[in-house]
Amino acid sequence: MQISVGVVVFPGSNCEYDVCEALELVGAIPRLVWHNESNLGDVRGLVIPGGFAHGDYLRPGAIAKFSRVMEAVIKFAKDGRPVLGICNGFQILTEAGLLPGALQKNAGLRFICRPELVSISTRDCVITSELAVGSMLSLPINHFEGNYTCDKATLDELLQDDRVVMRYEHNPNGSIDSIAAIANQSKNVVGMMPHPERACDDLLGSTHGLPIFRSLLEAAK
Amino acid sequence: MTNAEPLHRVLGLTDEEAAKIESILGRRPNHLELAMYSVMWSEHCSYKSSKIHLRRLPSDGPHVLVGPGENAGVIDVGDGIAVAIRIESHNHPSAIEPYQGAATGVGGILRDIFTMGARPICLGDSLWFGSPDSPRARWITDGVISGISGYGNAVGVPTLCGETNFDSAYEGNPLVNVMCIGVLPTERLVLARATGTGNLAVLLGSTTGRDGIGGVSVLASAPLEDDDESAQKRPSVQVGDPFEEKRLIEACLELLDAGVVVGIQDLGGAGLTCATSETASRGGVGMDVDVSKVHLRQSGLEPFEVMISESQERMLAIITPDALNKLAEICNKWEVSYSVVGRVVPGNALRVTGPDGEVLAELPASSLADDAPVYNREIQVPAWYEARNFELGSRAPGVGDLGKEWLELMGLPGTGDKSWVYSQYDHQLFLNTVVGPGGDATVLKLKAPGLPKTDKGLAVSIDGNSRWCSLNPRLGAKLVVAESVLNLACAGATPKALVNCLNFGNPENPEVMWQLSETVDGLAEICNALKLPVVGGNVSLYNQSGTTDIPPTPVVATVGLINKLTHRPPGIGLVEGSTLYLLGNYDANVSGSRWAIDLHDYRGGALSEISLPAFSALAELVISLVRQRLVVSIHDISDGGMVTALSEMAIAGGVGFSIGGIQDSAELFSEGPGRVLIGILPQSSQSVVRMAGDLAVPVRELGYCEGDRLAIGGLMNISLGSVAEIWTRPS
Repeated sequence: MQISVGVVVFPGSNCEYDVCEALELVGAIPRLVWHNESNLGDVRGLVIPGGFAHGDYLRPGAIAKFSRVMEAVIKFAKDGRPVLGICNGFQILTEAGLLPGALQKNAGLRFICRPELVSISTRDCVITSELAVGSMLSLPINHFEGNYTCDKATLDELLQDDRVVMRYEHNPNGSIDSIAAIANQSKNVVGMMPHPERACDDLLGSTHGLPIFRSLLEAAK
Repeated sequence: MTNAEPLHRVLGLTDEEAAKIESILGRRPNHLELAMYSVMWSEHCSYKSSKIHLRRLPSDGPHVLVGPGENAGVIDVGDGIAVAIRIESHNHPSAIEPYQGAATGVGGILRDIFTMGARPICLGDSLWFGSPDSPRARWITDGVISGISGYGNAVGVPTLCGETNFDSAYEGNPLVNVMCIGVLPTERLVLARATGTGNLAVLLGSTTGRDGIGGVSVLASAPLEDDDESAQKRPSVQVGDPFEEKRLIEACLELLDAGVVVGIQDLGGAGLTCATSETASRGGVGMDVDVSKVHLRQSGLEPFEVMISESQERMLAIITPDALNKLAEICNKWEVSYSVVGRVVPGNALRVTGPDGEVLAELPASSLADDAPVYNREIQVPAWYEARNFELGSRAPGVGDLGKEWLELMGLPGTGDKSWVYSQYDHQLFLNTVVGPGGDATVLKLKAPGLPKTDKGLAVSIDGNSRWCSLNPRLGAKLVVAESVLNLACAGATPKALVNCLNFGNPENPEVMWQLSETVDGLAEICNALKLPVVGGNVSLYNQSGTTDIPPTPVVATVGLINKLTHRPPGIGLVEGSTLYLLGNYDANVSGSRWAIDLHDYRGGALSEISLPAFSALAELVISLVRQRLVVSIHDISDGGMVTALSEMAIAGGVGFSIGGIQDSAELFSEGPGRVLIGILPQSSQSVVRMAGDLAVPVRELGYCEGDRLAIGGLMNISLGSVAEIWTRPS
């Protein structure tokens, strides 16, 4: 069965075609969803890709959460369908209240684009079912605001509920508890700062991102 | 400026130029007309000092679709795909307002590319700053890098290649050259021409404000003065908005795909005046422009301000009247503002009108675009040149403690690891980056939405070397091109096109004009020999601080084609168990080397000549070795000599080496041209030696790659760790 996965595009998004390419590699049918649409159609999973939605004006994700498509995204998430926010997509999910906490400026106050080692902290979510806990992936990061933060109570809850999905081996941006990815309470919505779509091709140097898209596709079935 | 100064001089026009304008019009120009001529006839827009020299550059080739003179050069790479390339300087704006100067440089070069119908897929830059010890140079450096990062990342085009240089000669006048490559299905190629009487001229994008008034004339085409005056020029630096540009790129490409556009041109230097006069002049038509229709950022702009404003993120599209609805639909989708500001008319006049139809300016469009004066400025060979030419390096210093000097060289800011620069740039977007910044050439897949599928790949390299060009501008320019071509070869790519950015001092100084003229001759000579067409270029003059001209700094970007990009090229990293060989001639001449100048302050001597037939054979050999996968590591020898090349190879591979046969340690520091280091596994050595022999390329076995020490016969034995540590230490 061919599963179609939506890729939400805001003005200023720029990783949408890259995510489509990765989805195709694992056998999904990607479908671009424009930010003004209110109907997601037949998609069974969603990715909110990286970029600078609405120019990151005000704060990354702060304007995107008011785009018409977000009502449908929130309903889709509440229905338990898999949703993955990558980089700017993670920022948008926190602004929209689908994930707790926030992404602040990197501790070094510089944009960082380079591969980082991350370890998988849980298999219990829609992007890691194909991976083992403790396995290490080299995934590129590419952000200025990737420093994950939340209050103590939220962090305790994340830890207690096994919702920290990935941690950096060498914390590049000051994220609390080296967090690189988290899930919501139902484990169907995940936000991650690294870009798995940039690690899906041997010619580009790594295929560590493929299991993440395979897991997402599995969850979308 | 004083009240007594005549208006034309305040605007940057000479008395002779003012007289020429009067004779073209047959009357005295009004203020608006004079303002329009002043920007279009500026050095920056008209190339009036360099034009007669640039004609000597070869620009033809069977695969060249568009040569110099359009917004970008375009070549046909087969499989229905064309590649657009352009380089431009944004030096003076970056000196005054580093962040915005660099950011708008990036914005401008992107528009030059998507104007041609191409989707930008690769940005690059060549940056020249003062010494990192100087607080002002540091401020400029940080601002420029942040500006490229801030704009380039947000606009969503990866920055994939470049170079960062430090030299106190650029203390007050940094160089910021930005390059962009775009790809397009060959049939989407569009030219910036207005045709079809009755067609509409539509201004797309950002609102027009007071920013950048006179940017090309007052700022870019005159020396930077002392700090107080620089501060006064500040309003002339434009402010960039990458989000506006991102939407503009998508909207324009969608307009082109929809077949809505007859011709399109970006608004850069000289703003609306340039876009309207150039499109009309190229199309052989006239144009009526109503300034009151332009969507403005603020009220109260004078017509002359509207016509010469350099507000960023704007395009001028020529469309048929019945396409207006479709244009509106696409612009609304992308939230891009637009206004119909003009109409194509018969004749050749550019006529600017006001709200009530009153004529505010009327002049021949081609007189703005093509009739700027052409200066054959005085040229003088510097007295020192001949004298130094005969030194042949005889006064060059000798090498003392090799290990100590090796580490010193690797610790220089110019030699050191540049990942602190390029890690601030998105260099992976679009999933095309096979080899990113930090190696010889950037290698990328030829892939973009809407582009035909292909196995072909591109290699790109940006290079400049003012140390070589100071000693001998003609030979230096040849060596810079040779290095660039060799970088492509190390990725297995055949060079296909070159663009240049010629950064020089004040053209009114006859010695600067000599440098420019010699540089052009050097470029022409090697490009002719390699059949490498120069498909575009940019000239930046008046680069000086106080009265000191910068060293001659031609920067070239070359683009090469890889026919089948199915494997990663070998890269520079050494491989344990491989054997190191040197391809090319023995050369121990240290003249113009980083070692001689930065460590020993020896600035004399003569550069080693380059034999073009021998160089072509070397490049051909290198391409074959890489394509046939006979080498496991490869790196050309250039800036910083064999010391830098060997160190970078060892650090990248995490493997040391033990080599011998170095007769004179000067050979290690020499930057003599046409030399390449290769690592070969035992089973390939016979084939490699035979192929080198067939092409008469000298080949010399140096030693083995193993362990964690860098050992050279009895001369040196240092740890790889110590070299890596000093190389990566922040400067």
